Amino acid sequence: MTSILDKSAPPLVALTDISKSYGNVRALRDVSLEVHAGEITCVLGDNGAGKSTLIKIIAGLHPHDSGRYAVAGEQVRHASPRDALDRGIATVYQDLAVVPLMPVWRNFFLGSEPTRGRGPLRRLDVGEMRRTTHAALLRMGIDLRDVDQPIGTLSGGERQCVAIARAVHFGARVLVLDEPTAALGVKQSGMVLKYVAAARDAGLGVVLITHNPHHAYLVGDRFVLLKRGTMSGSHLKRDITLDELTREMAGGSELDELTHELSRTPAADGPAAGDPPAAGAEAATDPETRA
Amino acid sequence: MTGLVLSADERLAPRSMVRRLLGRPELGAVVGAAAVFVFFSFAADSFLQWSSFGTVLYASSTIGIMAVPVALLMIGGEFDLSAGVMVTSSALASSMFSFQMTANVWVGIGVSLLVTLAFGAFNGIMLVRTKLPSFIITLGTFLMLTGLNLGLTKLISGTVATKSIGDMEGFPAAQDVFASHWTIGSVDLQVTILWWLGLVAVATWVLLRTRAGNWIFAAGGNADAARAVGVPVARTKVGLYMAVAFCAWISGQHLLFSFDVVQSGEGVGNEFLYIIAAVIGGCLMTGGYGSAIGSAVGAFIFGMTNKGIVYAQWNPDWFKFFLGAMLLLATLLNAWVRRRAEATA
Repeated sequence: MTSILDKSAPPLVALTDISKSYGNVRALRDVSLEVHAGEITCVLGDNGAGKSTLIKIIAGLHPHDSGRYAVAGEQVRHASPRDALDRGIATVYQDLAVVPLMPVWRNFFLGSEPTRGRGPLRRLDVGEMRRTTHAALLRMGIDLRDVDQPIGTLSGGERQCVAIARAVHFGARVLVLDEPTAALGVKQSGMVLKYVAAARDAGLGVVLITHNPHHAYLVGDRFVLLKRGTMSGSHLKRDITLDELTREMAGGSELDELTHELSRTPAADGPAAGDPPAAGAEAATDPETRA
Repeated sequence: MTGLVLSADERLAPRSMVRRLLGRPELGAVVGAAAVFVFFSFAADSFLQWSSFGTVLYASSTIGIMAVPVALLMIGGEFDLSAGVMVTSSALASSMFSFQMTANVWVGIGVSLLVTLAFGAFNGIMLVRTKLPSFIITLGTFLMLTGLNLGLTKLISGTVATKSIGDMEGFPAAQDVFASHWTIGSVDLQVTILWWLGLVAVATWVLLRTRAGNWIFAAGGNADAARAVGVPVARTKVGLYMAVAFCAWISGQHLLFSFDVVQSGEGVGNEFLYIIAAVIGGCLMTGGYGSAIGSAVGAFIFGMTNKGIVYAQWNPDWFKFFLGAMLLLATLLNAWVRRRAEATA
């Protein structure tokens, strides 16, 4: 898609042979990925593949044990999420994105609250916070009736979108999304993917972590596949089809076997025509029309 | 439920005012306070006299001063079981240091502030370092301080109470600050009421209008989410424990300068009164929700019940029963109110 910048500028985030162990458990081994401005890098993997470990390293929650982590060409080692944030890397967690009992506007500015006044009179700029929240959400296409409602009263998709809008508003250059569509229905997943694409079009580099190849292929430019803590594949979109991606993620021959076991009559047009069990109804959207 | 709607924005207008009122954490406490007030107005003839009002306010303020930081701490998601005995520790430290080391009570007051803040910092740092539940850590501090109060006092003074410091330099001035009272008409008002209202005002300002307040709500509401967006959760929690210690210092100095001597066994059990006031005032046990004003209303309910039973000439043994019933009722009411407030349309 819009990967003109690749040649000149270094990638916004480049991980090279990153490894991480928790005690004697090797959670991640020699994983590499690149994130470019205006592109979406998808990290695919089943449960326990090391996706969460990878995201925690990128987000600065855990330091990596070995390998190189470079932000815009400069090698870094994040001591806290604040460090990563200061370098423009904002992470939106599936469950941890918001504080449910706090109003939407307080959540929106949490950790980066604007203030006015000096000394003991230094206070939150509440009016500005409310207005900005409403405007920033409106720009992303979310029209909230009341920014004072606790954010816990929003739907899962809306909460993800608020978190994405927040990252965009605070000038994030890299947006890391942890399974943003995992707990959502078809319609809400579509809404979230739309905002992910909107963030990409705004020039951000996006890391999309998911176990759903259909969602990934809809918006992704690069695909990194994780399996049991190691990288089992890394592809550009032009080099791979949805079927290949799905097959590779589900483990190639294992999937063939499963297809064979599950099919009543042998499929006439290729091995992947019968939907793998993980695929949802979202598969109906034809990826070819977007390519 | 909606009825006639004449407003422009059909999604916002209905129930907005009611919803907003129901959404206030203090609502349950205010309703409860009104009920208790009406109840004792009928049950005790002398309850409605102005002089009684001063007494009730004084009783409320002694609990209220500590209920404010304890409420903030609960909003921040933690408990402090050592808050009750810490008041006594603070008074003892002030009294004994002044008596043993100097001739001026202000030195003792200053040393006591440092010592008490150190206790608070210890609670907070232990919490964020060990990641143990605050219940365990402050239970440990509670027991250690209880023992320390008795043991050190006996060791230094030879008895379970401190020596009188009433004749020392600076005593009258310190008494003015921490334990004076004045009379308006027939109402005798203690200076603790001013401390209490001042603390409620400052705490409300901090909670609702500063970054620190936002962080307190977030630390209690979802600490991981807060940390992920860069909120210094550990620093916020240590700060909250030190705020409890600061208010324990104020209460401790009041104790010392109103009675001149301090009984080393005092304060045990008071930590529950502070927590009860905060919970009746709408603080959520699990954190992330509540208000400082609510804790003040909770303390006021405490003061009315405590003195109302005396004015009604009942056996004061019933006070704890009342308090327990009130706690249950308030918690139920709060839970119900919050469900109403959060229910999506």
